[in-house]
Amino acid sequence: MTEDNGHKHHHAPPSEIEERVKKLESLLVDKKLVDPLSLDLLIDTYQNRVGPRNGAAVVAHAWTNVDYRKRLLQDATPAIMEMGYAGRQGEHMVCVENTPEIHNMVVCTLCSCYPWPVLGLPPTWYKASSYRSRAVSEPRAVLKEFGTDLNPDVEVRVWDSTAEIRYLVLPMQPAGTENYTEEQLASLVTRDTMIGVTQVTLN
Amino acid sequence: MNGAHDLGGKHGFGPIDQSQTENFIHQWEETVFGLTLTCGMLGQWNLDQSRFARERTDPVHYLSSTYYEHWLHGLELLLVETGMISSDELSSGIASSKTKLSAANPEIVQTIIYSGAPTQLPERTTNRFSLNQAVKVKSGNPKTHTRVPSYVKGVAGTISKLHGTHIYADEHAMSGNKVPEHLYCVRFEGEDIWGRDAEPNSCVFIDLFEPYLTSI
Repeated sequence: MTEDNGHKHHHAPPSEIEERVKKLESLLVDKKLVDPLSLDLLIDTYQNRVGPRNGAAVVAHAWTNVDYRKRLLQDATPAIMEMGYAGRQGEHMVCVENTPEIHNMVVCTLCSCYPWPVLGLPPTWYKASSYRSRAVSEPRAVLKEFGTDLNPDVEVRVWDSTAEIRYLVLPMQPAGTENYTEEQLASLVTRDTMIGVTQVTLN
Repeated sequence: MNGAHDLGGKHGFGPIDQSQTENFIHQWEETVFGLTLTCGMLGQWNLDQSRFARERTDPVHYLSSTYYEHWLHGLELLLVETGMISSDELSSGIASSKTKLSAANPEIVQTIIYSGAPTQLPERTTNRFSLNQAVKVKSGNPKTHTRVPSYVKGVAGTISKLHGTHIYADEHAMSGNKVPEHLYCVRFEGEDIWGRDAEPNSCVFIDLFEPYLTSI
């Protein structure tokens, strides 16, 4: 990833921060407090190996398997572990189900807690002040910004994950996908639908 | 503490920039992420202490800097406070002392990534509150680490789930001791938090430790 990759951000850090980080990294390696191979492993794991495809597999499995869905909603941690996903920031999982009457969305107003084993690391907007401040006080307005326009009858439930419980939204399965395979269903499930800011669609 | 990190319900931050879909914007952010995790695995501080270090960023700087700058600030603070590096070493970048600690190797890192660090502890006490009970969040303004967001202080809610006992974050950040406290998921109606400014038909669920709550 390069510095000038076209992303807009209001507070572009000066290059002196790059130097500050490089200096710290070499100091920690010199002092044998950091093994460079461990550093590479951590970055590779969370950049390339652990991400929202894991969560999508969990969702698709829940859509196609009634017993699994029940287990997932009753006690998500072992149910997610059954699919092979576990570890840091997913030690205590709760899965909340969207229905025609209830829509769930997840935020962490105090920092940026996020269920890493199923969703990977959070996108920048999830960590930014505007999402963290507004998700709890004006969730419908936030959802509308994401193109999710809910009927006033739908109850909006916001989960502010302040302790060590991490939340995964089980989105509603779109109509017309009853004959899809689990893999086809998983391909429809995006990260944002499992944070709960959007709904799964066929497009 | 109720620093700049305590953002729930604050106004003025504008629309959400949905173009920011990446995990890292710059390469140095990946390094800060990796350094923070691998240094954290040496056991010199815990997760709550690392959160408290980030929260102690100057509030003006916190709001005007990016997420991984908070992490960098927190990491530097913890490294110096725990004596893993000296402030001279931090400013010069040159190692001038030795440490008995040794870096977490890839095998250890791999194990920790996939085993995590569960915070649930055996229940030694009975839960004070029960399912569907009405509770209120206590007032208070601690200068130390806490996981009560300001926007629910003094607000009434209903216990919606019992999570068992977990490491009490406030104490964990202060002494490092793993003190068990009951953890509850509490449901707050939007209008109980935001009054007439609440959006209709909305509620917020927050996981709160027993010492934060009182019965009503």
